[in-house]
Amino acid sequence: MSRRPDLKTAANSALTYRYDGSFEGFLCCVFESYTAHEMPTAIVGPDAPEISLFDVKDISTDEEHAARVACSIPARISPAADELLRHAFLTCLPEKELVMLRFLRQGYRYGARFLSFAGNEEVWRLTEAVKRLLHEAHLLKGFIRFSDQKGVLVTTIGPKNFVLPFLAHHFAARFPEEHILIYDEIHHAALVYRPYESAVIPMDAFLAAPPDEEERKFRALWRSFYDTIEIRPRHNEKCRMTLLPKRYWKYMTEFTKDEPPEMNMIGAAT
Amino acid sequence: MDTMEKLRILSDAAKYDAACTSSGAQKSARRGGIGSAEACGICHSFAGDGRCISLLKVLQTNVCVYDCAYCVNRRSNDTRRASFSPRELAELTIAFYRRNYIEGLFLSSGVAGTPDAATEKMIETLRLLREEYRFSGYIHAKAIPGADAALVRRLGLLADRLSVNIELPSGASLQRLAPDKTKAAILAPMSLIRGGIDENRRDLVRFRHSPHFAPAGQSTQMIIGATNETDRQILTLTAALYERYRLKRVFYSAYIPVNDARALPPVSTPPPLWREHRLYQGDWLLRFYGFSSDELFDGTEGRLHPYLDPKCHWALRHKEIFPLEVNRAPYELLLRVPGIGVKSAWRITRARRAAALTWDALTKIGVVTKRARHFLVANGKRYFDAPAAKEDILLDLMSPRERALYRAETAPVRQLSLFEEETPTLSPIERKELACLAAPI
Repeated sequence: MSRRPDLKTAANSALTYRYDGSFEGFLCCVFESYTAHEMPTAIVGPDAPEISLFDVKDISTDEEHAARVACSIPARISPAADELLRHAFLTCLPEKELVMLRFLRQGYRYGARFLSFAGNEEVWRLTEAVKRLLHEAHLLKGFIRFSDQKGVLVTTIGPKNFVLPFLAHHFAARFPEEHILIYDEIHHAALVYRPYESAVIPMDAFLAAPPDEEERKFRALWRSFYDTIEIRPRHNEKCRMTLLPKRYWKYMTEFTKDEPPEMNMIGAAT
Repeated sequence: MDTMEKLRILSDAAKYDAACTSSGAQKSARRGGIGSAEACGICHSFAGDGRCISLLKVLQTNVCVYDCAYCVNRRSNDTRRASFSPRELAELTIAFYRRNYIEGLFLSSGVAGTPDAATEKMIETLRLLREEYRFSGYIHAKAIPGADAALVRRLGLLADRLSVNIELPSGASLQRLAPDKTKAAILAPMSLIRGGIDENRRDLVRFRHSPHFAPAGQSTQMIIGATNETDRQILTLTAALYERYRLKRVFYSAYIPVNDARALPPVSTPPPLWREHRLYQGDWLLRFYGFSSDELFDGTEGRLHPYLDPKCHWALRHKEIFPLEVNRAPYELLLRVPGIGVKSAWRITRARRAAALTWDALTKIGVVTKRARHFLVANGKRYFDAPAAKEDILLDLMSPRERALYRAETAPVRQLSLFEEETPTLSPIERKELACLAAPI
């Protein structure tokens, strides 16, 4: 193997990197790729199934190595490339780590102008993936439906991308005095907010309590408003589906029904 | 009457207002308050008709002393009446807002009593929201023609956007269908609002904390298809409104017959959705593409083309300008090329500074060449296999739905070619649209 491996020849080595799934871990994969003069054919997270066909190299996360790579990106490519990479890590792009590694290898070679290579495969794929991530975050700012649970606003979402960090600022600016919990059931994480501080934390499961009487009332009012506001002679199912894809429906009040309240709850209310 | 019933009646009566935008204002909640707004606007849901639901769109009351023939709330219509008390509506708005159902409130009202009394009720609702609930989310309020100037001013200080509906595209139609409203009475609050916005802009330069007057501007709406104005008259009026009253938006609403009056199209008439669509296309050309209303209609009979969008139609009437060299044409002319929008034109002017653009490069920077290829030369070369026959170009400029419409309505003169394109079958909705296009506009 030559000292500066060319991407094509190096990729023949059929090597898999396994890292801990964190951004720092990914940076260590980059470090390893450079220090060992090799280019892996796959980079997998800790939960990936065992692959016997290829060599698997476990990359342990070293803070110092990660910091060295982290510093080099804004300095040797550009701050914009750094941001693109950090955002790209949150997307659902298949094999994103490998695409990001290829991006970095070319980025170090070309410097700041690399981002303007519109025809480059890696630049294009990462930019598109990030565009979709930000778009999904924007949609969810509107599509999220909170339930009032003893004064706390709670909800569950199922986004394709890891959008929670992009929702924090929006909801903090909107509901500064509320307590909020947004649970992402795909990525098993939650955004929690209490006045003037927020955090994204890992969370394995969250089950909302059944709605109380007041919550039911407002849900029913909203459903009734939603049904009334449509102008029937203009019904256009295709247009609605394009603008409001079905995968969001199961989390939205207007498309779900409440279970009838249990008998003892009615007794308690009256 | 309970809240559920009131909400049903008063949102049902408000839904024919087209505008549901929440754009144009950018702010966050004050400490201890609630509500923010994003300049781009946020859609919270989409109704079955595909229209965005951003705001809680309701009337304060649907009791009305006016008798406008096209309106569901007219005095002589036998419909159930309801009113929200200001407190009730403010509470409902906050409860919906907290649950993230809505981006804010769109408040309009029937004229119960006098225009002044109706406006005062609305002001009270907005005051409760802004002052007691410390709500800084989006509010769109409708000014009532005939209300006192001081009240309109107060409304403007509480709302983000104000609008006055011009209702019908001409004074004569207004006289015929809305005898209680006059053109002057509608235009008066419009210029009042414009004056308020201008004055506020000057104040803000001098005093940073002077209160904002309708920061998201004003808009209006007119009904299309209830009366017999031509597209030309409508778009000329639109252009004048943008220019004279500096409106942010003019909305068009395809007339849906809600009343059987002799002066109106019968209740069975389907709404002229295609016509509404064409008018919006024309509206965009006026606002973002530098077209004047006269240009849109030069050499036509004052009606927008039924199968082609107005920009394509204009380009076909002005063959002398085309083809343009993509590497040299000024931005203003690039904007006139069918298929090139504001974003593409901007990308072209930026990218061609670095290197001469070829067809390949155009595709790579994201310019769609389907329509544009008939009107451009890239680096001296025409697109390599663009169809040349007039009929083929015409079909190429249409969207699949327009093509289906065109094929269904004009007799199949064309012979079958070897690779006949699949003609999409028409769904029942499209059939209805087709019928209304065929009817005399």
